[in-house]
Amino acid sequence: MADKKFGAYICKGCGIGERLNIAQLGTVAKREGKMAFVKDHEFLCNQDGVNLIQTDITAGEVTHLMIAGCSKRAKTEAFNFDSVAMSRANLREGVIWVRPNTPDNQETTQEMAEDYVRMACAEVRFMNAPTPSQEQGRTAHILVVGGGVTGMTAALEAAKAGYQVTLVEKSPALGGMAAYLYKRIPNRTPFADPQETGVEELAKQAQSHKRITVHLNAKVTDTSGAPGRFSVTIAKDGSTVTETVGSVIQASGFTPYDATKLPEFAYGKTPDVVDQLGLEKLAKQANGGVIKRPSDGKPVEKVIFIQCAGQRSDKDGHLSYCSGHCCLTSIKQAQYFKAANPNVDTMILYTELRTPGFGGEDFYRSGQEKGVTFTKGVASEVTAGGGKLTVKFKDLILNEDVTDEADLVVLATGMVPVSGVNIEATPEVQATMESVLNLSYRQGKDMPQLVNGFTDSHFICFPYETRRTGIYAAGPVRRPMDMTQAIEDATGATLKAIQALENAALGRAAHPRSGDLSFPRFRKEGCTQCKRCTVECPFGAINEDEKTFPVFNEGRCRRCGTCMGACPVRVISFENYSIDTVGQALKAINVPDELSEKPRILLLACENDTYPALDMVGMNRIEYSAFVRIIPVRCLGSVNTIWITDALNGGYDGIILMGCQKGDNYQCHFVKGSELAHIRMSKIDDTLKQLNLQSERVMTCEIAITDLQRVPQIINEMEATIKRIGLSPFKF
Amino acid sequence: MSNAYRNNFLREVTANVEEGEWVKMCMQCGVCSGSCPLGPHWEHPPQEIFMMIRAGKREEVLKSNSMWYCTSCYNCIARCPRGLPITHIMHGLAHYAKRLGMVPQNQQTAKFAQKFWDNLTKKGRVNELTLGLSLYFMNGFGEGVKTSLKMQGVGLGMLKTQRMDPLEILGGHGCKDVAGLQAALKKARQIEEAKAVKV
Repeated sequence: MADKKFGAYICKGCGIGERLNIAQLGTVAKREGKMAFVKDHEFLCNQDGVNLIQTDITAGEVTHLMIAGCSKRAKTEAFNFDSVAMSRANLREGVIWVRPNTPDNQETTQEMAEDYVRMACAEVRFMNAPTPSQEQGRTAHILVVGGGVTGMTAALEAAKAGYQVTLVEKSPALGGMAAYLYKRIPNRTPFADPQETGVEELAKQAQSHKRITVHLNAKVTDTSGAPGRFSVTIAKDGSTVTETVGSVIQASGFTPYDATKLPEFAYGKTPDVVDQLGLEKLAKQANGGVIKRPSDGKPVEKVIFIQCAGQRSDKDGHLSYCSGHCCLTSIKQAQYFKAANPNVDTMILYTELRTPGFGGEDFYRSGQEKGVTFTKGVASEVTAGGGKLTVKFKDLILNEDVTDEADLVVLATGMVPVSGVNIEATPEVQATMESVLNLSYRQGKDMPQLVNGFTDSHFICFPYETRRTGIYAAGPVRRPMDMTQAIEDATGATLKAIQALENAALGRAAHPRSGDLSFPRFRKEGCTQCKRCTVECPFGAINEDEKTFPVFNEGRCRRCGTCMGACPVRVISFENYSIDTVGQALKAINVPDELSEKPRILLLACENDTYPALDMVGMNRIEYSAFVRIIPVRCLGSVNTIWITDALNGGYDGIILMGCQKGDNYQCHFVKGSELAHIRMSKIDDTLKQLNLQSERVMTCEIAITDLQRVPQIINEMEATIKRIGLSPFKF
Repeated sequence: MSNAYRNNFLREVTANVEEGEWVKMCMQCGVCSGSCPLGPHWEHPPQEIFMMIRAGKREEVLKSNSMWYCTSCYNCIARCPRGLPITHIMHGLAHYAKRLGMVPQNQQTAKFAQKFWDNLTKKGRVNELTLGLSLYFMNGFGEGVKTSLKMQGVGLGMLKTQRMDPLEILGGHGCKDVAGLQAALKKARQIEEAKAVKV
């Protein structure tokens, strides 16, 4: 923008006018902040105040505005102006609400407010109004990979919402694992009896829908592009088709755990030991009649279900997790026997019975009413011989070792996700894995996994999001689940897929900065091709060209700024968030000299959890040090170490970085941002040593949104630390 | 095939024990055992009894003196998340064991219960004097004399305030139609026995 017109607006409402010297703040904004004009208002967020600003914008008086008043998270609807750059100075939650209203605190409180005005003015001077990327158009077409219940549901939901769907299934028929089931766990009241699966009907609907194209015996051999412009190649019967889709749903499901890994239970040694899918096969053969033993065709009189076979176990080769459906599945299968002959003895051997879902407990009770018995115990061995199976187990209620007999044993083994190539494995191991999506991303062929091979998504906060923007995981590839949950999952993922392609069409970010128009730009001349941005991007948004310069895919970008934080030569920036907007803001403050005994602490706060927590600290009127200056950052991952160096050189006495929880149970909204920041900051010690400063001056911590008491405590402790070790020698 | 962990005994209990059809609904949470004020004294708390029934331990359950310990405080019924009438099941099991003659020797509760029943059915009314005395002498003459002497003051007090008629010792008063009552009880037992599933 050629001519930037700066204007400052200061709100006097909510007690700001009474607590602070507004005229003085105006002078600061004008003289130091270089604002062309300063206007104050009694109540800036009311219609009159908003009109005041809007009139100036419409008249072309201002293109870059600094609003001093409440937190940037408050009144966002009132201060929502198109095509202008805007910064906010937080005088309410950040100053008057966290400082005591006493005459002896007046001086430091006013200093705090003035610094925030300086910082907001400096920030806006280096901002531009973001303009949307024109990189992708609207492609109202969704690719669904996997033709099981999840995939078919997703396809139908998307088609019913008016989107074209391509459904790719690797086997010759739709239906997936559910097609093998005789009946399903009920999903309707009274949750009493096994229910028809409805899979055939679902497949018929998917196959006959006018907006769904089904490819059977097909595979996705290449996926490239970004939300709104994915290009996918589908191989089928020796030929390939290429389609452009807006977003992708991966519903690649699961395979049953290989029960031959459980030799102690005689699986594979006798046909009378089956896994749950094996029993479904027997039940299908019996088709409502008496279920017979595979070995000799004798009707089963006693069947034992062994729960948690090879799962919820830390033994080598076992699954460590609970697959969630198996208890209910065994209750269902026991009822197959009871329906044909109530005198068959059906015993479920469990350690903890888990019946998740709406009707789970009802179905459990229904099984008990029908005479299915439940024994709390752990099986240790199954042996075959003498026309029967011998099961050894420990009864945990009676505390006895038991040797029991049965005609048939069913092993409740777990679900193993089909998530394709583990991109963190060695190349040799990767080569042995079959990819699902064949992404042509420099980061790897499939989606990143979190634990146990399930695709990375946040269990609570953003379940369908993956680390590949515009590609959504649904069903058991995401976490173990039953059919009811898979259907719900498919519906949720479809909504996200629709949202992603529509957002992409408008150049907007997906979750969690939904609607953000800014995207990273880089100055190629300055780039040293170090590849840190491409490697560290948690979402695989950045590819490399043949000279290893980064190639940004705006549609894939979540706008977290992790690349900006990573860049050692600082060539990556956003229009409204850059090395300069933060760097200049932190340098804009007034640093009192060494003799003043007024330290300055810089707090870089993640705006997802820490900044709201700080706002709540203000709302609860919890006080903290007047010497702290807080700058919100998009993610701790966007923090470039130059800011730390600048701050230390500029005379700050302490620096605190507050981000979300990292690790396997991460809370980071950008998955890896907080973790990367912690790694980068662990190396800041060298910088501190070069400057001859104590390492206590910089700290990084993990904060949850609920840490209202802890955050002020950390700030105050930093003040105490500085008091102890003395002010920084870098005061100019 | 062995009978362990087969449902034969569970079926028997379901059919023959009062409220026995509830046993299969136990989900082994153990709240009953934890709630029982006599819990530490039971050989098998209710949760365990239910598991033993499912494990087919017929002899052990019916010969157990556990269910005879139940004092009908109803804590377990009030707390059972599955709504099992546990107190009633305990009495049902005790009663069933009695019918089968499997009560442990010298089971005090069982002995007193028998005395109470005999006393009641004799004349259709409980004779408090003879019932009290038979309780004192239940475990032998010596102990009976000792208990009687200990309770002397109470007895004399009751005499004085006319709360006890010493002539009741001669047989006391009964209901109007004792023969009719006994016939009715006999018939009831016949019906019950006819209904019982033979094992």
